[in-house]
Amino acid sequence: MQLLLIFLAIVLVFVVILQVAKATELISVLKTEDEYREDTSRSNSFWLIVTGVFLLAFIIATAVTSVDKFLPPSASEHGNWIQSMINVTLFFTGVVFLITHILLFYFTWKYRYKRSGKAYYYPDNNKLELAWTVVPAIVLTVLVAMGIDKWFKIFADAPEEAIRIEATAKQFGWYIRYPGGDNKLGPRDFTLTNQENELGVNWKNDASKDDFLSDEIVLPVNVPVSVNIAALDVIHNFYLPEFRLMMDAVPGITTKFWFKPTITTAKMREIKNDPEFDYELACNQLCGSGHWNMKKKVTILSEEEYRAWAAQQKPYLEQNPPQVTEQPVVNDSTTVTAQL
Amino acid sequence: MATTIIQEHGAEVSVAEVGHHHHKETFFTKYVFSTDHKMIAKQFLITGMAWAVIGGLFSVIFRVQLAWPDETFPMLETLFSNWFDEGRLAPEAYYGLVTMHGTIMVFFVLTAALSGTFANMLIPYQIGARDMASPLMNAISYWLFFISGMVMLASLFLPTGMASGGWTIYPPLSALPQASPGSGMGMTLWLISMAIFIGSTLIGGINYISTVLNLRTKGMTMFRMPLTVWALFFTAIIGLLSFPVLLSAAVLLIFDRHLHTSFFLSDIYIGGQALDYSGGSAILFQHLFWFLGHPEVYIVILPAMGMVSEILAVNSRKPIFGYKAMIFSILGITVLGFIVWAHHMFMTGLNPFLGSVFVLFTLMIAVPSAVKVFNWLTTIWRGNIKITPASIFALGFVSVFISGGVTGIWLGNSTIDIQLHDTYFVVAHFHIVMGIAAFFGMFAGVYHWFPKMFGRFMNEQLAYIHFFVTFIGSYLIFWPMHYLGMSGVPRRYYSFNEFKAFAQYNDMNVLITVAAIIVFFVQFLFVINFFYSIYKGRKVTDPNPWKANTLEWTTPINPGHGNWPGELPVVHRWPYDYSKFEDGPDYIMQTEPMTEQEKQMELNAKH
Repeated sequence: MQLLLIFLAIVLVFVVILQVAKATELISVLKTEDEYREDTSRSNSFWLIVTGVFLLAFIIATAVTSVDKFLPPSASEHGNWIQSMINVTLFFTGVVFLITHILLFYFTWKYRYKRSGKAYYYPDNNKLELAWTVVPAIVLTVLVAMGIDKWFKIFADAPEEAIRIEATAKQFGWYIRYPGGDNKLGPRDFTLTNQENELGVNWKNDASKDDFLSDEIVLPVNVPVSVNIAALDVIHNFYLPEFRLMMDAVPGITTKFWFKPTITTAKMREIKNDPEFDYELACNQLCGSGHWNMKKKVTILSEEEYRAWAAQQKPYLEQNPPQVTEQPVVNDSTTVTAQL
Repeated sequence: MATTIIQEHGAEVSVAEVGHHHHKETFFTKYVFSTDHKMIAKQFLITGMAWAVIGGLFSVIFRVQLAWPDETFPMLETLFSNWFDEGRLAPEAYYGLVTMHGTIMVFFVLTAALSGTFANMLIPYQIGARDMASPLMNAISYWLFFISGMVMLASLFLPTGMASGGWTIYPPLSALPQASPGSGMGMTLWLISMAIFIGSTLIGGINYISTVLNLRTKGMTMFRMPLTVWALFFTAIIGLLSFPVLLSAAVLLIFDRHLHTSFFLSDIYIGGQALDYSGGSAILFQHLFWFLGHPEVYIVILPAMGMVSEILAVNSRKPIFGYKAMIFSILGITVLGFIVWAHHMFMTGLNPFLGSVFVLFTLMIAVPSAVKVFNWLTTIWRGNIKITPASIFALGFVSVFISGGVTGIWLGNSTIDIQLHDTYFVVAHFHIVMGIAAFFGMFAGVYHWFPKMFGRFMNEQLAYIHFFVTFIGSYLIFWPMHYLGMSGVPRRYYSFNEFKAFAQYNDMNVLITVAAIIVFFVQFLFVINFFYSIYKGRKVTDPNPWKANTLEWTTPINPGHGNWPGELPVVHRWPYDYSKFEDGPDYIMQTEPMTEQEKQMELNAKH
């Protein structure tokens, strides 16, 4: 019944609009074609100006009032480099956007059709064409140079002292593996993968002995962290929005991203004025029906707090000794390849 | 027969012969299995409109979910019981609808319906040909498109659900039925449909290219062709070179799915089982996909650009500014469009050096695009701009093309892409620059050439209402998405409630959804106007109602098969001689011979 009423209301609105439109068409026939065209040109170019002003006001108002809300502070070092790149690009594109739009709406109004009017025959001008080829080319060269410079900086090799952790995605969750005291992640080998050892870690390798898995990502502030990113089943994406960090997790390939957190969780809670705030890891590559809910808490601590936390973590092998014995026998050559 | 007319078009074709041909037509040969380019254009357009309504409806359904994730909608459940569970859209159905919305809009509407309609209609008309180079292939192209659509439509009703891996169908998600219910039969039908669709596109494209190259009438040199034909010509070339690569990707994916090959799969552990695929690369698929996928956006936007150029010139009563610069910028976009595909893959672990090369090429594309925008602005400068439904949509096109284009400079820069990749910023960018802009180009084209299609006008008042609501509404839908994206809200989320960082923008999502619903329903004004006007619209009395220069307006108001009852028109000049002389009419048709004065002027200009 409700559905029917809504449907009837919509039909009614359409009928009214159609009748009005039909009536205006009947009236328009009374005028000559040129008069009618003068009318449509005047009224519509006027409404176009009104629309343009409304949209510009909407854009400027929303941009000014919500800039804080919509550009949350970056919690990583490279996030600030990205922000400076955004600022430069916003300046150039903003100027172009405003000027071209003002010209578009102004010309439409100013040069609207008049019976007495006459257009100016102006088919080309090579100097103008050259100008608006060269000027954008120069601006874009600047943007490319700045962008690539930062891009290589962000994707340079991680510093030696970086903490090396591993994030492995599966439908629909994450495994987070820490290297333990030796700061070395034990090698993985897909042939070792089974239900007890989903990651396929070679637990017999020395580097694996002190590795531990964690329910959340805990990291120290101002220390570089290198993340190895992997996936078990389909493509996922390791996404930390506050840290401006994003990298696909692809089955069969290990991808990497390193970053340096600059704001602890406690500090961010102050900045956001929200005592319950937590950083969260999300998935940002469609991976199936649970894609929207692949959450993992991320905590940034001071360096001392982090050390204390890490010292409390027990190696995986200590907690789960049986898995090691159930693991298929691996010959030495496999171990070597995995380490390489 | 049509073919004899085509073959003889260089020789004399008598009026009687063309007239005689009309008597043989039955309902089936005229409306269904027609080989007349005008009728095939209408078939593409109407089929495309039906698909656009379906694609748009899907977006409204999933927008409702995003705005009110906790509410139940028993009303929608009554209508779409398959996809709703206890009044709420199921996650699988949500992803299915997102996938189908993308597939339908990109391929069926903005590729097939846009190129199919206007290339079929305008190429023969504007170059002075009686029909396409191969009218039969043209008909086959439409019917393959129709069949591929029917296969896709069937997949919507599968009990296991439609394909739901996104329109980009990245494997392994799309390759493994255990990864998602939609990757079963739904994906199989998707791939079959797309393979047939690619066949349709290729057959159509070959036809458009050969028609432009071979069937131009006497005097119609390449540099006397209207920009619409140039744009459609380059569009066909892009399609011909890039669609086969998508076909190869689809075929290899079919092999992986059904023959257990490992082109795209390696080291997969799913459902408690380690699969024995090895050695494949999921990233290889993305390279193949985007080798089409990126040129695809130019396939979508170039026809719109061509029509907008033509419509702005006609209605400004001025020549298009920088005709040759416009052609070379289309050429530049075409060539560069083939070497920027990996900018969709900056965040896949691509080698950073390779990434930097793609940044360079991607931002280079902004140069020819900027040239086009400045040329359009100079075209309307000091014009005598007649606002018609077509020209107002063309002006709107310029606006949305700028708005969506400048954000491309953000995303094409890989450094910024780290923050914005796969967020709502991207959704805003491509919907404005290829969705809304291409739709505006299509609306402009339909309003402008409707009198040529049906011999009647569409209602102008309805068209203006349609324009203003769509224009404002589009900005209200997509502008806020930039903010969402900058704050990190990812696309393809069924609900934002699980993450505090993403859930705080619910008001914004409600605004977007309300605007989307309004814009969707306003499109019915266009649909009603279109079908009403076919039968009841104001009749065209002047064969050249917009006072344009191009050849289609030299045909009778309701031309028969073969377009010109007598001999083919002979072309003496370029198509943009508007307001050339102080006195006399402000347009000179292409068929008008040059006066002595003009020849002198041209000589002087050369020296």
